Amino acid sequence: MAQLDSKIPSGPLADKWRKHKTEIKLVNPANKRKYEIIVVGAGLAGSSAAATLAELGYRVKNFVFHDSPRRAHSIAAQGGINAAKNYQNDGDSVYRLFYDTIKGGDYRSREANVHRLAEVSVNIIDQCVAQGVPFAREYGGLLANRSFGGAQVSRTFYARGQTGQQLLLGAYSALSRMVGAGAVELHTQSEMLDLVIVGGQAKGIIARDLVTGAITSHAADAVVLATGGYGNVFNLSTYARGSNATAIWRAYKRGACFANPCYTQIHPTCIPVSGDYQSKLTLMSESLRNDGRIWVPKKKEDAKKDPNSIPEADRDYYLERMYPSFGNLAPRDIASRAAKRVCDEGRGAGASGLGVYLDFSDAIKRLGEAAVRERYGNLFDIYHEITAESGYQTPMRIYPAVHYTMGGLWVDYNLMSNVPGLFVLGEANFSDHGANRLGASALMQGLGDGYFVIPYTIGDYLAGQKPGSRPSTDSADFKAAEAGIRGMTNRFLDIKGKQPVSHFHKRLGKVMWDGCGMARTKATLEKALREIPPLREEFWASVLVPGSADTLNQSLEQAGRVADFLELGELLCLDALTREESCGGHFREEHQYPDGECKRDDEKFAHVAAWEFQGKDKAPLRNTEPLNYEFVKMSVRNYK
Amino acid sequence: MVAENTTKNLSITLRVWRQAGPNQPGKFVDYQSKDLNPNMSFLEMLDVVNDELTLKGEEPIAFAHDCREGICGTCSATINGKAHGPGKGVATCQVYMRAFRDGDVITVEPFRAAAFPIIKDLIVDRSAFDKIQQAGGFITARTGSAPDANALPVPKGDADLAMDAAACIGCGACVAACKNASAMLFVAAKVSHFGLLPQGQAERDRRVLAMVSTMDALGFGNCTNQYECSAACPKLITHDFIARLNRDYLGATIRHAFKPEPAGADGGT
Ligand SMILES: Cc1cc2nc3c(=O)[nH]c(=O)nc-3n(C[C@H](O)[C@H](O)[C@H](O)COP(=O)(O)OP(=O)(O)OC[C@H]3O[C@@H](n4cnc5c(N)ncnc54)[C@H](O)[C@@H]3O)c2cc1C
Ligand code: SF4
Ligand code: FES
Repeated sequence: MAQLDSKIPSGPLADKWRKHKTEIKLVNPANKRKYEIIVVGAGLAGSSAAATLAELGYRVKNFVFHDSPRRAHSIAAQGGINAAKNYQNDGDSVYRLFYDTIKGGDYRSREANVHRLAEVSVNIIDQCVAQGVPFAREYGGLLANRSFGGAQVSRTFYARGQTGQQLLLGAYSALSRMVGAGAVELHTQSEMLDLVIVGGQAKGIIARDLVTGAITSHAADAVVLATGGYGNVFNLSTYARGSNATAIWRAYKRGACFANPCYTQIHPTCIPVSGDYQSKLTLMSESLRNDGRIWVPKKKEDAKKDPNSIPEADRDYYLERMYPSFGNLAPRDIASRAAKRVCDEGRGAGASGLGVYLDFSDAIKRLGEAAVRERYGNLFDIYHEITAESGYQTPMRIYPAVHYTMGGLWVDYNLMSNVPGLFVLGEANFSDHGANRLGASALMQGLGDGYFVIPYTIGDYLAGQKPGSRPSTDSADFKAAEAGIRGMTNRFLDIKGKQPVSHFHKRLGKVMWDGCGMARTKATLEKALREIPPLREEFWASVLVPGSADTLNQSLEQAGRVADFLELGELLCLDALTREESCGGHFREEHQYPDGECKRDDEKFAHVAAWEFQGKDKAPLRNTEPLNYEFVKMSVRNYK
Repeated sequence: MVAENTTKNLSITLRVWRQAGPNQPGKFVDYQSKDLNPNMSFLEMLDVVNDELTLKGEEPIAFAHDCREGICGTCSATINGKAHGPGKGVATCQVYMRAFRDGDVITVEPFRAAAFPIIKDLIVDRSAFDKIQQAGGFITARTGSAPDANALPVPKGDADLAMDAAACIGCGACVAACKNASAMLFVAAKVSHFGLLPQGQAERDRRVLAMVSTMDALGFGNCTNQYECSAACPKLITHDFIARLNRDYLGATIRHAFKPEPAGADGGT
């Protein structure tokens, strides 16, 4: 049974981080270059960490599966990044950002972590501006802000619709500087396939060079995983196609606990699926719901008709009908579930029946097309580009899609997992968003972890490791792990079955979405849990992976990732089944208030569920870490 | 890609560059693809073709992709002779099958340039771009050393123009489109982004000199002002930035020639 000590410092909430920083152990500057740190991932979390650790004098090796660190999935974030700067003088503060994040997370995150996140948020903006991140500005030359969901202040910084891109390019430039200076050794197109544990501590990784196929061992004094979220377990999502869970999943199988895997976020306004060939769902900003009205036909028979031909009396503006006070601006999760319900009734729009109309005809009548174009023109363009339909002439079709995973590897206040020496940052850890993440907070967390937390907290661990005590890659633990990965690679190629990898990913995605998507019940989860193991067996018996192990082989890469999703999916469903309450993104239909809001059970579930691997074909162990709310009162989330 | 909606499925002949590895001979191979939904993206069409190839026991076509929404810069194919294919201001992943007609023969090749060696099929090695960036594409701002973000106001016009340049996704289409395989648009975008901001002034000369000399050393060609680059650029980065780069470079070269570098000014760590 894993030891889950959160190591939350004692004392008043606002003093914890400052106090902790003065109390944790330091590594003498002259000794830093004697330590080698492996950082896997170069998204916001990984590149900010790698750059900063190298600046401090540590020797850093950075691994990414992409062909350049600049291509990490963080690049795709659009909306913005939160920070408690209070530049708008609208009453924002560190406490308010902390409180909004705790409440947004439906009281399922740690108070101390979230408060620290809010504290460092202000430093992030300073850092990014100093690096040349071209944030939006006002005419006076000062930084501009916009507001985002779940907040009553304007605290979101942005760079057009490309905030993630600009923040990542900032961190990438800092990382590039350290690579150029010889302080970071960069391994692109190198995929971590295993974590190596020596004497109970994380001391290295096994990586495959995706171009040559070479499988190599790398030793270090500590390993940092910043490998992003696992939403592609659903196959279709707003994630980049390459995003995967392999690094964290293999670490889980080496003993790191996986916390709250069932906390997944579904975004209500995405462009719907158009056919089985679909590979990706594109997000459209939620701001569209400010002026667009959402509806489906009242009658099933009308579902396939041209929407403009359906008379007003035959339209069901279901959000306005069911949630009269909030209407089309009902919270993300409620809007998503309502869309699913009307489509399940057979009233969904479009060829697939999985879509609802987002109609701007009233707004155009009220404001004129020019005004609508000015507010939302770029979004209408994206929609047109993908669907070839004009949102000005005919209602757009939208549908919810998987967007973010709040769960991830369990970490303590130092961002260290229960495996000593293994640190986890960014979306890959579970730490700050509880059961639901607020918009513009993932970018903040990734950069907070990388620039301002890990550079301090990793020293506390390294100070206890003798310089130069790093094991050799010739040791038995490395050799065994390497042999295991070679064996797995050959096994994929040897199956020579009947179906391509994509076939299994699609089927898994469907099982996950139907059983453990927007709304979950005991029955749907049990069904998914019955379906996943045979699907996994079928995969291992009949997947067809062409080509060889000694060259670039995308089918082989995909096979490894999907094999992991086929295991992770099961844990996700098991976690969702065990958590018999609704909270944030985890909605169990059995547990809801009459208005459809999540009904938590704080008596039984005010804890983190941290799953521990017990061996192949054995049930994982569910450890818990109680969530003690000392400073905020847990209450029912209410946005009315 | 913007085109009129059509509901009729199409069949095409795909003429694809197949090359098993870096220094191996490559050739065009034809594949038939039938009954394609026009709403499918070009990359989704390749997914379908690849699954069919796999089922036939052949190796699928290797192609680079990730975000599939035009922002990561991973996708890179020359379609019918145009880097990123038909359409303006889009990356390969934003090309939809409705841009083609039933019966079309579609030629697909990797981005070709001496500085971008082919790895396999449609995938090329663009690490030269990273090397240029490592040589000087940054503002030195050690973590934790930054002043308050609003301490230094930046005129909105400058910030907006810097953002126009910073929008580059590092895809390399500019290089592939240029008959000299020049990387000037990419370098100009980065140099202009930093050079337009007050934070970027201290290292301005050093940056442009280092980036340009690294670009030259990596085997990119010279710019002869044909502007095929900006025409192919998925982010419509304007070639005006190239003029800005040339001015910066010239100024820095002159200043550098007359002003000796103080010892130890390596600007590295
Ligand atoms: C469409 C979209 C829009 C979004 N918009 C916003 C927004 O406006 N605001 C906001 O706050 N958040 C937003 N988010 C969420 C946010 O972008 C992500 O949560 C965040 O960027 C994740 O950063 P990361 O550094 O943890 O991981 P990532 O950026 O996903 O990086 C993962 C890195 O790990 C590497 N990697 C992974 N596995 C391996 C392996 N096995 N071996 C080697 N390398 C590996 C990859 O190469 C990559 O470098 C959005 C998300 C999406 C999908
Ligand atoms: S300048 Fe344009 S074409 Fe060149 S790398 Fe940047 S985005 Fe691509
Ligand atoms: S796949 Fe990311 S830009 Fe095309």
